[in-house]
Amino acid sequence: MTVTEEATQALVGTSAPRKEDARLLTGQGSFVDDITIPGMVWMAVVRSPYAHARIRGVDLTKAHAAEGVVAAFSGAELADDWTAPLPMAWPVTEDINNPSHYALAADKARYAGDGVAVVVAESRGLAQDAAELVEVDYEPLQAVTDVEAALADGAPIVHDEFGTNRCYTWPLAGGEDVDALFAEAEVTVEERYRQQRLIPNPMEPRGVIASTVPATGEVTLYTSSQIPHIARVTLALGTGVPESKLRVIAPDVGGGFGSKLQVYPEEALAIVLARRTGLPVKWIEERTENALATHHGRDMIQEIALAATAEGKITAVRVRLTVSMGAYLMIITPGTPLLGAWVYGGAYDIKGYSFECSGVFTNQTPTDAYRGAGRPEATYAIERAVDALARKLDKDPVELRRLNLISEFPHDLASGLTVDSGDYHATLDRALEMLDYDGFRREQAERRERGDTKQLGVGFSTYLEMCGLAPSRILGALRYVAGGWEAATIRFLPTGTVQVLTGTTPHGQSHDTTFAQVVADRLGVGYDEIEVLHGDTSVVPLGMDTYGSRSLAIGIAALCSATDKIVAKAQRIAAHGLEVAEADLEYEAGTFRVRGTDRTMTVKEAAFAAWHAHDLPDGLEPALEETAVYDPSVFSWPGGTHIAVVEVDTETGVANLVRYVAVDDVGTVINPQVVDGQVHGGITQGVAQALYEEAVYDENGTLVTGSLVDYLVPSAAELPSYELDRTVTQSPNHPLGAKGVGETGTIAATPAVVNAVLDALAPYGVTDIDMPASPERVWRAIQEARS
Amino acid sequence: MRQIALTVNGERHEADVEPRELLVYFLRERLGLTGTHVGCDTSSCGACTVLLDGESVNSCTLLAVQADGGDVTTIEGLAEHGQLHPVQQAFHEQHALQCGYCTPGFVMATVSLLREQPDPTEAEIRKALEGNLCRCTGYVNIVKAVQQSAAAV
Amino acid sequence: MIPAPFDYERAGSVDEAIELLGSREEAKLLAGGHSLLPLMKLRFSRPSLLVDIGRVDELSGVSDAGDRLAIGAGTRHHDLNNDPLVQEHCPIVSWTAGLIGDPQVRHRGTIGGSIAHGDPASDLPAVLVALDAELVIRGPDGERTMPAVDFCSGVFDVALGLQDVLTEVRVPKLGPDVGWSYLKLARRAQDWAMVAVAALVTRSNGTIGDARIALTNMGPVPMRAPAAEQRLAGAPRDAGSDTEYALSEAAAVADQGTDPPGDVTASPEFRRELARVVTKRALEEALSR
Repeated sequence: MTVTEEATQALVGTSAPRKEDARLLTGQGSFVDDITIPGMVWMAVVRSPYAHARIRGVDLTKAHAAEGVVAAFSGAELADDWTAPLPMAWPVTEDINNPSHYALAADKARYAGDGVAVVVAESRGLAQDAAELVEVDYEPLQAVTDVEAALADGAPIVHDEFGTNRCYTWPLAGGEDVDALFAEAEVTVEERYRQQRLIPNPMEPRGVIASTVPATGEVTLYTSSQIPHIARVTLALGTGVPESKLRVIAPDVGGGFGSKLQVYPEEALAIVLARRTGLPVKWIEERTENALATHHGRDMIQEIALAATAEGKITAVRVRLTVSMGAYLMIITPGTPLLGAWVYGGAYDIKGYSFECSGVFTNQTPTDAYRGAGRPEATYAIERAVDALARKLDKDPVELRRLNLISEFPHDLASGLTVDSGDYHATLDRALEMLDYDGFRREQAERRERGDTKQLGVGFSTYLEMCGLAPSRILGALRYVAGGWEAATIRFLPTGTVQVLTGTTPHGQSHDTTFAQVVADRLGVGYDEIEVLHGDTSVVPLGMDTYGSRSLAIGIAALCSATDKIVAKAQRIAAHGLEVAEADLEYEAGTFRVRGTDRTMTVKEAAFAAWHAHDLPDGLEPALEETAVYDPSVFSWPGGTHIAVVEVDTETGVANLVRYVAVDDVGTVINPQVVDGQVHGGITQGVAQALYEEAVYDENGTLVTGSLVDYLVPSAAELPSYELDRTVTQSPNHPLGAKGVGETGTIAATPAVVNAVLDALAPYGVTDIDMPASPERVWRAIQEARS
Repeated sequence: MRQIALTVNGERHEADVEPRELLVYFLRERLGLTGTHVGCDTSSCGACTVLLDGESVNSCTLLAVQADGGDVTTIEGLAEHGQLHPVQQAFHEQHALQCGYCTPGFVMATVSLLREQPDPTEAEIRKALEGNLCRCTGYVNIVKAVQQSAAAV
Repeated sequence: MIPAPFDYERAGSVDEAIELLGSREEAKLLAGGHSLLPLMKLRFSRPSLLVDIGRVDELSGVSDAGDRLAIGAGTRHHDLNNDPLVQEHCPIVSWTAGLIGDPQVRHRGTIGGSIAHGDPASDLPAVLVALDAELVIRGPDGERTMPAVDFCSGVFDVALGLQDVLTEVRVPKLGPDVGWSYLKLARRAQDWAMVAVAALVTRSNGTIGDARIALTNMGPVPMRAPAAEQRLAGAPRDAGSDTEYALSEAAAVADQGTDPPGDVTASPEFRRELARVVTKRALEEALSR
């Protein structure tokens, strides 16, 4: 599993073997539950079974008396331990209704799963036993789990202080006058869609260990998190632990998909309980607990209207969203749907754009980022609406897309941002070629003529994606509390190996591998000589972590800046050592050569010289270690075409995905296998939203689909292999021309699949279906269309 | 407490266990073999898959006492003398893991599946992995890894 | 979660198991554990004592009993799926065993445990009802046999006393004149059936002699489909559209008398439709075998 010591060929662009695999394949990974600290005790959270209930009292008597119990507290008893509420870092409007959210509820439980008490005991089992003995006197209240019901008169109010469940309304408009464009439009379509609530379900449930040094107040928090740096800042604020004494470590993290882009009650609780007991406190989430206690994704009603010419040229897009926040605002809850605000016009050239989003409280687990975070919702709406327009005009959905796709770059979106590069037509052409579109339509026609029980449908999704979150100035303008920069440090050790510190926090995205590839190429260091470090705030103090497909776009840009700084300093050392002017040196892949001679010095040699410092140029500091912090000026714009083929059993309603073609443009590819893997995984979650997954609540606000038995994460048996290809238009705004890819698959896939189902059912007159397109929904759609 | 004796990765272990101690926690916490992971609480995900007497089982749905006298193989028991098992090697070469959390379960399930079906078709592979969930890879490369393993094993 | 605390004993024989079951209130048998342990881990079930019969020799194995096969209740689904006697003489059982759960579940779960659990969504009970299988139960007062159809009286409600042990399942050898099918419709491959249909069709000259149809998850217990069976008896076989007509007529009433549940995967109304559709397909497949 090693690569030759000296890099002889460029690694960027190759599928360099993953550095992460050696430990992960042999069971030597270190996930939170793998870590034990002597004296460790276990935390269990007591959660409300009611979606909405007043907490009249919490009786911990039996819990305190139970075997092995070290401590037990109600929400009220811990109220003074907090120096600030849990963070909500994006108050999207000035008048946003922002309820204070603490780790445990004290007055009311506002969703089924809301923590109301906590126990600490000597073992996992004893903590669970003790938690059952906590007696909470609940006064159940009416609950609301539907956004429109939550806005209706007489709805139960989640936060009494506001007198309404309305959280905020946020508008965006741009380009030409949308009302005028609709008034003069020859054709309009008005569509309404529901984005169902999803449970992200990374394979590793969440977990934390908090341990303190009582004498000094230092705290170490291990947490299965995507955001150790953000967690450190916010937990310091919330628990009163000075930030300089708080170390947050994300060890190996078993997937996140946005659900671990969060600062959670259990993190704060573990710190406070470790502080109170003087013991290391561990908490590991059960899967059924994850369904309640870890934030959810999507959950909105979408109203989208298109104005178009008779020929099908879309002139304007108007969007209104009503989004479930859940019961509380967590770190970017209100902002998540807004991340799609600029892209409901899709990959199309339109003139006028109008968008409005309202957040609404409901008695449910809070929503927040889930793979794509706002952009899958946008792509779903526009790609479904485009197909609706195609139906109305009796036009081929491919031709309609071709007519409207942006073809010149850079392109100023009517929504106000500029897409710097792309070639969507090329991806469409390639995808159609891979599919053999004509061949497909022939087979579809044959089956239709025969009246086969199993009918085929094809669905398209031409998408653009806005990622690389995000330019700090734009974040500030949007009222997000933090910035979007990223940091990298490259440190040459005297014995010749290199440490790369990245402020990104991977949880499956292969940063150890891809970051090493970049450094190996740019600094002439062997791939196996590079260690990439991340996730520990004491090791990598500067960082803004991983989400929003930013690590490639911003993290690696920072890395490139750091390599440039290394080269600049090494060049001074080399010039001095070789006794030439810097201008006489040529640099390539780690080696400085005196022009026209064979006199050389490598960066590694310069590093050693910098370390012993026996003869450095005057004024040059010893050591070869450089840090760069990169703040992007623009977003990153991948795009592409996905095509789904489904086979629908028209008698049973079962819709199976039988083929999937994806042609993506993600700019420069550092590691093809890694990029393909991201696309595969992203597609699968998008397909799962279309066909399988949904968080279902009963009339009491209880989550019915609370385990992996009922919440249908698909297995390999439900899916085909996907066919992938790429086009490459480099980003002009990235040092390597790369664009980010982590979420593209999820963004593109959902509408491709749903459009395919509708295409299969077109002969029946079916024009709409809710997600997931379950057998029953498909069957009912056929029955209703027939009647 | 009950006394049990079992072989794990070729080594014999004796221990006193509570009846309610699940095999997965016995392996992880008593024996320190943390490579086997817990992914769910309804026997749905297969992250905890180990071999018991050569067959894949969900170690979260077995009491340690039930494994008394048994022969368990975990992910840590596959590589020999530092050399990766062909299935591990295939997962590596095909990039069949990303976060790695589900991977030990998939690898053990694959070892078991190939013992029972040495030359499976893609459809048979996908069906045989119906009890193992992954959220990262989308399964495409896992299937390729199993196919490569079948050729190698 | 970890189960609530309980005691554990391993039985070396059925009689020992019976005794142990009587030694405590809330004692339960543990065979494969794949119905019970998940419930205990969610703390929905809290027995005080588990009596492990997972290694009782007399409960395992399949033997040829003349016109029937005797299947030990402790036989695991995987072994049932691969058993040469069952594959040859009663393939509907071996086939169905291979549809249960996933490979990890099938390596541990047992036919006895599955039936004794009384879950209407389980696959084998409907098959045994269609087969008119016989169950052998031993208790403190001795041994008795019972038709499979009488065993289950409601959801999780089976004819087992507190000290009873289901020891054997006896299924008829199908013989060359019987076509069979078990068709299961589920959301994912590892899931319980939304609806499943067991069909056994006897060939008799040019007609369908005898038809047995049993439905999974169409009521609190496995449901026979007598109306459908009646429409099939005597219908022409291999007779093109006439056979097709008979099958359609039978399938159209397959859900008569059923009381299907509603859940996140399917409403009662949709289950009825599925029962009709899948019955037709199961009959077609059974006739083709």
